[in-house]
Amino acid sequence: MNRLLPFIGFMLLVALFGFGIWWNSRHDPNAIPTPLLNKPAPAFVLPKLYEPTQTVSKADLLGKPYLLNVFASWCVECGAEHPVLEAEGPTLGVQLVGYNYKDAPADAKRWLAEHGNPYNVLIADEPGNTAIDFGVYGAPESFLIDAHGVIRYKHIGPLTPDVVAGELKPAIAALQKEETP
Amino acid sequence: MTPELGQLALILALLLALAQGILPMLGAWHGNRALMAVARPAAAGQAVFVALAFGILVWAFVHFDFSVQYVADNSNLALPWYYRIAAVWGAHEGSLLLWIFILNVWTVALAAFSQKLPEVFAARVLAVMGLIAVGFLAFIIFTSNPFGRLLPMPGDGADLNPVLQDPGMTFHPPVLYTGYVGFSVAFAFSIAALLGGGLEQAWVRWARPWTNIAWAFLTLGIVAGSWWAYAELGWGGWWFWDPVENASFMPWLVGAALIHAQAITEKRGGLRAWTILLSIFAFSLSLLGTFLVRSGVLTSVHAFASDPRRGIFILIFLTLVVGGSLLLYALRAPKVASGKPFKPVSRESALLIGNLMFAVAAAMVLLGTLFPLIGDALNLGRISVGPPYFGFLFPLLMLPVVLLLPFGPFLRWGKGEALMLKQILLRAGIAAAACAIVAAFFVDGQLKAIAGVAAAVWIVAGVLLYAYKRWREMPRGRRYPAEMAGMLLAHLGVGVFMAGVLLSESLSVTSDVRMAPGQTEHIGGYDFRFDGVHRASGPNWRADQGVITVTRDGRQLTVMHPQKRTYLRGQVQTESAVDAGIFRDLYVALGEPMDANKVEDAWSLRLYYKPFIRWIWGGGLLMMLGGFVCAADKRFRLKRAAADAVAAESLQVQETHA
Repeated sequence: MNRLLPFIGFMLLVALFGFGIWWNSRHDPNAIPTPLLNKPAPAFVLPKLYEPTQTVSKADLLGKPYLLNVFASWCVECGAEHPVLEAEGPTLGVQLVGYNYKDAPADAKRWLAEHGNPYNVLIADEPGNTAIDFGVYGAPESFLIDAHGVIRYKHIGPLTPDVVAGELKPAIAALQKEETP
Repeated sequence: MTPELGQLALILALLLALAQGILPMLGAWHGNRALMAVARPAAAGQAVFVALAFGILVWAFVHFDFSVQYVADNSNLALPWYYRIAAVWGAHEGSLLLWIFILNVWTVALAAFSQKLPEVFAARVLAVMGLIAVGFLAFIIFTSNPFGRLLPMPGDGADLNPVLQDPGMTFHPPVLYTGYVGFSVAFAFSIAALLGGGLEQAWVRWARPWTNIAWAFLTLGIVAGSWWAYAELGWGGWWFWDPVENASFMPWLVGAALIHAQAITEKRGGLRAWTILLSIFAFSLSLLGTFLVRSGVLTSVHAFASDPRRGIFILIFLTLVVGGSLLLYALRAPKVASGKPFKPVSRESALLIGNLMFAVAAAMVLLGTLFPLIGDALNLGRISVGPPYFGFLFPLLMLPVVLLLPFGPFLRWGKGEALMLKQILLRAGIAAAACAIVAAFFVDGQLKAIAGVAAAVWIVAGVLLYAYKRWREMPRGRRYPAEMAGMLLAHLGVGVFMAGVLLSESLSVTSDVRMAPGQTEHIGGYDFRFDGVHRASGPNWRADQGVITVTRDGRQLTVMHPQKRTYLRGQVQTESAVDAGIFRDLYVALGEPMDANKVEDAWSLRLYYKPFIRWIWGGGLLMMLGGFVCAADKRFRLKRAAADAVAAESLQVQETHA
């Protein structure tokens, strides 16, 4: 019996690993629970990308839901995400706010000129300080913010057609249902 | 076309591995010599094809063949050639190919040097190696093909993870894997012994150098990894108890236990079952390490892309290999306690206590590593087990080892004399206490530092006393055979390591500061003057490079250049500047620019003064050297006559079993 103990112990480990694989296949291991979900978005005042003398604040955007999309010209994944935003942006039914993150304005403008500009509003956070308040983990990231300025949905990484259809659009639909009782 | 040849070579290698794993096993079972004779040529053939596949992948990297997905993902035109070769093992598929390549190197060496072993036993050992190869080759071919094509072919590739673009990282994986995979030899020996129904002392003697060499490589790999983490991650730490580090540390601990257990079994015939069990554990933990790193079950800073299909494959493989061998152990392990009896005060007892502590420490590390997973299983939320757990338990478990270490060599096999022990206790103890008191004046009463000096002196004095005893008592030429010299070196290494850890941890000075050009910080007796930041560039990166001039008492010592590099794809990587010394390191890491308006050009900087930190790696290298020196002992080479005797004996065993 004693000699079976190592075997039994190992089989318990196997069960644990089996569980681990199952668990990871159900949960996104990169999902970082955001403490900001369903909390008011942090207040911000940021210059517009094309008119740096004008600013956009959180208050300016209240009243209508919008999708805040964090992007940068240096970010490879953003290039992959861009066609999706171009194609799906107009069909979302919310404003698309581009949040240019830690980027030189000249680079960002060149990038947008080359790839197209799907954004309704474009703000720039060159030093990246406001992004810290948002808990931005890396570009691209997207925040769905409702008419009252509350973050309702967050996605880390590029928006793919699957994510848009499976997560983002249902989240927007839920918002719109609330607004029109 | 060439990459497809690589794929084909892997498939042929798999077929040969199947032949190597199955036919000799059947031959050993039925006493068919023709089938047993398949083992060596099949192993050689497999090695040729695996080497071919490996060479083809290296070729694809060197010649920028971006039509291969793996090459396109991990290199680009600007990457220097040496990092392009290192990129071969820079990600999942290639590192598995490296794993199987190294397994083949070990197998070929084993096939070449095992001519003198009894035929049946050698056939089983090689067959076990073949079966391991089958698992890994199938894994590569079915889930992780490094030769997959990418069409259309891109003009340029992505980039090798910049974290890996460091000299320490180029040779860390091959060395570490050589250690991991080397434990497969002891494992194959144990399985062959279990299958055959007996573990001869002579075979253990023959297996010992293999274990020593594997362990020494593993030690070197861990030292290289630790040094890399220190130089590259910019936190000045040398060990983080990260799951991936733990994955390499567990086989190391068990391997250290195995080296000592094998010594007992070889010399006294005792602890056979324990030696077998430890060799199964050492290799199982190596496999487990691969599983943990590659399956994505645990997420860590080292986390590699996870794919559930791969995870399931490795889990099944692990279950078959480890579960199968533990089951075999349960059924076939030597039933009766064998070997010569020993008294409570004896070398066996001391080694056993050490063994137990190493095994428990490995279990403790395993528990800590897997705890986040257990937390998920019991729905306790995200739990992380970090340095507080390991940092408390590990020293506690190692304390008896450190205390007993000087006594071990003095104790005789079977029974030792208490009088002798008192003398050592007195001498080493006085030396340790005296040095600790002297040290106390230098370290401002830091308890940890005093303990470090005492522990190091205690061990080193014990080792030196024993070296002196042998010098006095043994005739010239027989004083320090390689086995003895290796042990003394490795034990000295433990002392040096202890001093390094405890002194650097207690006496280090860290300072996170904001500095404008011209400002000076005073740390650990040194003045660090920040002279601003300028641009620098390399083959595939641009960097902000800080200039820090270090002076002591007004005399300039060195100018340091920490960098913050931005690689081609925008990845940012710190490159710390280290001024190394035997007694202290000065370490500077460049942080972020602190004023956006560039009025002052101030930056955040991390400055470290780290005394004795080199001793940590120095101690590790001494341990490694000990392992290699020990393995070189002539005594371990099986002599023809002795081998024949063993062969005759084992044939008899065979007959009684049949």
